Amino acid sequence: METTTLEHRFNQKIEREEKIEPKDWMPDDYRKNNIRQISQHAHSEIVGMLPEANWITRAPSLRRKVALLAKVQDEAGHGLYLYSAAETLGAGRDEMIDDLHSGKAKYSSIFNYPTTTWADIGAIGWLVDGAAITNQVALCRTSYGPYARAMVKICKEESFHQRQGYEIMCAMAFGTPEQKAMAQDALNRWWWPSLMMFGPTDSDSVHSQKSMDWKIKRYSNDELRQEFVDKTVAQAEYLGLTIPDPDLKYNEETGHYTFGEIDWKEFYQVISGNGPCNKERIEARRKAHEDGAWVREAANAFAQKRANQQVA
Amino acid sequence: MSNQNWPLFEVFIRSKNGLSHKHVGSLHAADAPMAIENARDVYCRRNEGVSIWVVPSTQIVASDPEDAEALYEPAKDKIYRHPTFYTVPDEVGHM
Repeated sequence: METTTLEHRFNQKIEREEKIEPKDWMPDDYRKNNIRQISQHAHSEIVGMLPEANWITRAPSLRRKVALLAKVQDEAGHGLYLYSAAETLGAGRDEMIDDLHSGKAKYSSIFNYPTTTWADIGAIGWLVDGAAITNQVALCRTSYGPYARAMVKICKEESFHQRQGYEIMCAMAFGTPEQKAMAQDALNRWWWPSLMMFGPTDSDSVHSQKSMDWKIKRYSNDELRQEFVDKTVAQAEYLGLTIPDPDLKYNEETGHYTFGEIDWKEFYQVISGNGPCNKERIEARRKAHEDGAWVREAANAFAQKRANQQVA
Repeated sequence: MSNQNWPLFEVFIRSKNGLSHKHVGSLHAADAPMAIENARDVYCRRNEGVSIWVVPSTQIVASDPEDAEALYEPAKDKIYRHPTFYTVPDEVGHM
């Protein structure tokens, strides 16, 4: 069949809100765009384990420790669901991992910031997972079937991530003055990077328009960012904490909060490798992969041994 | 040749794009293309699907029911993996 006919049919499917499945014809750019976005998303889950794992051994109670362990385990699992979804498009697992380790592939800029106190674990659950969930709930309706299904499963599992973070924030904000100060400090440091998680502003977003036309993305970066700000302000107020933005105020007419200018220079610096922890994160992933080589080798040897036994 | 020697295939149907393939049953066929054709006739007579997967039954690796306790018991007491384990005040809205 001619490409124009195929493309016409494809566009009609998108128009009708029908999902695209792996064996369906799709334009090359649709495939590439999805591979890029899904693999970036997978890398973010995997690298996202690092800042939090930093606090597992120092969690202040058993309750907090099991919650944090379960959360980090989930992130490993979510990375794997997403890598598999990208593989349905023909991407190779090893190539994706290599691209992460070589710096060719990107991941969410937020994970390049350090977790310096226990309150950061609360702030990450509340804000970073809150922002991620806002983005991911929207992606449950993405046009590529395997990605949409992975998102549904991930959203369902992640709902506890934000709640455990907010529970930590409550404990600290209503604790001693020192604890409250730690909670405020964490909010100060994580607020702006959390807003940056939604990506560049719509007018500067390179991949956005095509992704919106193809319904890979269902809402623009700015729309999702606004939604996140709107639902988070009341949560900060309840804690008695101050969002570090003097320009933040409620607009009666629009029913939305207006907020200050994001420091895009910082965003692009961090994205291009110059954030506080970029080198450390990639180095940790590389080391984990290299240190795990003997395990993969041993597994292969054991599989071979078992196969030989079955033949014998 | 009787069809007694024909291999068994497990059949999975996707009811519509956007949903996963779901196991619906099995059938015998001389080979994989015939299994697809037969699956169409046996399992898709009423618009049940838009896509069929067939897998030789011998290729399915199943867990042993004897292992159920070892495999699934450990998840049972991990209630902290569920959102209801955490307290969030009503005032801050759905989370």
